[in-house]
Amino acid sequence: MDRGAGRSRLATRDLLSEAVAGIVQRPARSVLTSLGTVLGVGAFIAVLGLTGTAAAQIDTRFNRLTATEVTVEDTGGRDADRVPLAFPRSADARMARVNGVEAAGVYWKIRLAPGQSVRSSQVGNANGAVSQTPVVAASPGVLAAAGPHYVQGRGYNAFHESHGDSVAVIGSATAARLGILTLRTQPAIFIGDTAFTVVGIIDDVERKPDLLLSIMIPRASAERIWGPPQDERAKMLVSTDLGAAAQVAEEAALALRPDHPEYLRSIPPADPKALRNAVGNDLGQLFLLLAVVCLFIGAVGIANTTLVAVMERIGEIGLRRALGARSRHITLQFLAESAALGLVGGVTGTSLGTAVVVGVSLQKEWTPVVDPLTLAAAPALGLATGLLAGLYPAWRAARIPPVDALRR
Amino acid sequence: MVHVDRPAVIALEGVGLTYPGPPPVTALRPCSLRIEQGEFVAVVGPSGSGKSSLLNMLGLLDNPTEGTYLLNGLDTSAVSDSRRAALRGSHIGFVFQSFHLLPHRTAQENVELAMLYRRTPRRVRRRKAAEVLARVGLAHRAHALPTHLSGGERQRVAVARALVGEPALLLCDEPTGNLDSGNAASLLDLLGRLHREGMTIVVITHDGQVAARGRRTITIRDGVLTEVDTGAAAPC
Repeated sequence: MDRGAGRSRLATRDLLSEAVAGIVQRPARSVLTSLGTVLGVGAFIAVLGLTGTAAAQIDTRFNRLTATEVTVEDTGGRDADRVPLAFPRSADARMARVNGVEAAGVYWKIRLAPGQSVRSSQVGNANGAVSQTPVVAASPGVLAAAGPHYVQGRGYNAFHESHGDSVAVIGSATAARLGILTLRTQPAIFIGDTAFTVVGIIDDVERKPDLLLSIMIPRASAERIWGPPQDERAKMLVSTDLGAAAQVAEEAALALRPDHPEYLRSIPPADPKALRNAVGNDLGQLFLLLAVVCLFIGAVGIANTTLVAVMERIGEIGLRRALGARSRHITLQFLAESAALGLVGGVTGTSLGTAVVVGVSLQKEWTPVVDPLTLAAAPALGLATGLLAGLYPAWRAARIPPVDALRR
Repeated sequence: MVHVDRPAVIALEGVGLTYPGPPPVTALRPCSLRIEQGEFVAVVGPSGSGKSSLLNMLGLLDNPTEGTYLLNGLDTSAVSDSRRAALRGSHIGFVFQSFHLLPHRTAQENVELAMLYRRTPRRVRRRKAAEVLARVGLAHRAHALPTHLSGGERQRVAVARALVGEPALLLCDEPTGNLDSGNAASLLDLLGRLHREGMTIVVITHDGQVAARGRRTITIRDGVLTEVDTGAAAPC
């Protein structure tokens, strides 16, 4: 006797097509079964994609502004009491000579004497008094470095500074409160008893948005009238070329005060990578946990449905065993079916997750960023979920004795 | 039992089947039986008599607890579980009372299923399935789903599935149990034709009309086998 001397064998291709047939023949159930995996993998992709996209967005903002901004603080070192202002008069020019610096300027907030206020006319206190408006001494370099947008007029420059001109640049909101509508009439504002001609009105700045609510006057005029800084010490705003910030920060103190570099302290921009990681860690981990929970629910869903399917298809199991299937073949078939369901869920979830990332990016006008590795791994994640979920039902199916199975 | 020319298709020697308890149930008392190539044997008996136990054992779905069962001369008690699966696939064609057709597969696909575990190439499976379906008179229904077939047609698909692997033995368990008399008669005609073509057939039934088609009738009552017509089998 030679027939059947070997073992039953099942070609891989046949196994796969049996698994696919098992899925497509019960479409509604298959869709519901894989829903958990779809949600899990979708959430996984969406979380990774959105955090990646947001992080990339932070990167671009860094490149444009923050990464090119250095602040130099006047600490005064040990001589803080004796030296109220460590920045030399030529600070703007000295700093501008440092490689990589676009513009630099010194600023501080002026403390007005008691009874002094900002008014739009010399006499009278009631009308147009804007006593709360901060007055900032700002060298012309600050105007250049802050990147203001002028709605009317222009900023003051080194000429005004060196001549000690009484000129001012104000924000559009302050202008409205002071009743200044046009600069054609060369309007003046009174800070205490001194008249300042308004030369420019700004409605936006790229850096230091608090300047929008301030009145800026040249540093020389401020020093002449109110003296050096009193409450807060002066600072310097430096805008640099891309990638130059760290270097500029290192050299600033020495370039400004070679005799006393310890009077000054530079604050370079934060490392964008560190910030991106921080963002990724804070939100991403929480959402990833959520995605894992979704995947787990998906796996339980697949396991449950596959188990029900095993019980439902017990006659089919018996028939296949009668037709020569080994218990291994039954295991493999149910495993292949649940794995295929997981894979389908994974692929669908990947597509949905990517769509969410693209949709959100579109709405926020961001550039969607999804790691290709994530896209490749996500369907595999679904497959693994399906495989794991199918283990127990497949094992159960293979253990059913064919006699019992055929009795149904 | 000695083989004269060729081994009998089925040779039971002192075979018994007892289900372990508690309490232990004797489904089949030790008996001997020999079925030669080309025989048409009817096994009759009331329900609960042990008919199904005998069929399961003959079909290698269950193992006898004593004695030896030679299928085509091969001692089946000595082979592993996976080998028994292979023997089932290659030597035995099953026809069940409830057809056991996969509801979402066409008639042809159901027939092809019998060759799935033998690594028959898909093209060959397709051709053979079509041939066998034509043989049972269902060529025109090859692509119909079982739900669209009549009971008689379904059972003929099941017979085609049993035949497609060219088995040594066709085991039928109440094949007419779910059929009306007309369909039952035409199925029995089909079995008679297969018998004349040389197929060894064992039919388990409690239907006298079916039993009458058999050349031999074996009766089971309370697990005891009795040969009715001829003396070919040795009663227990």
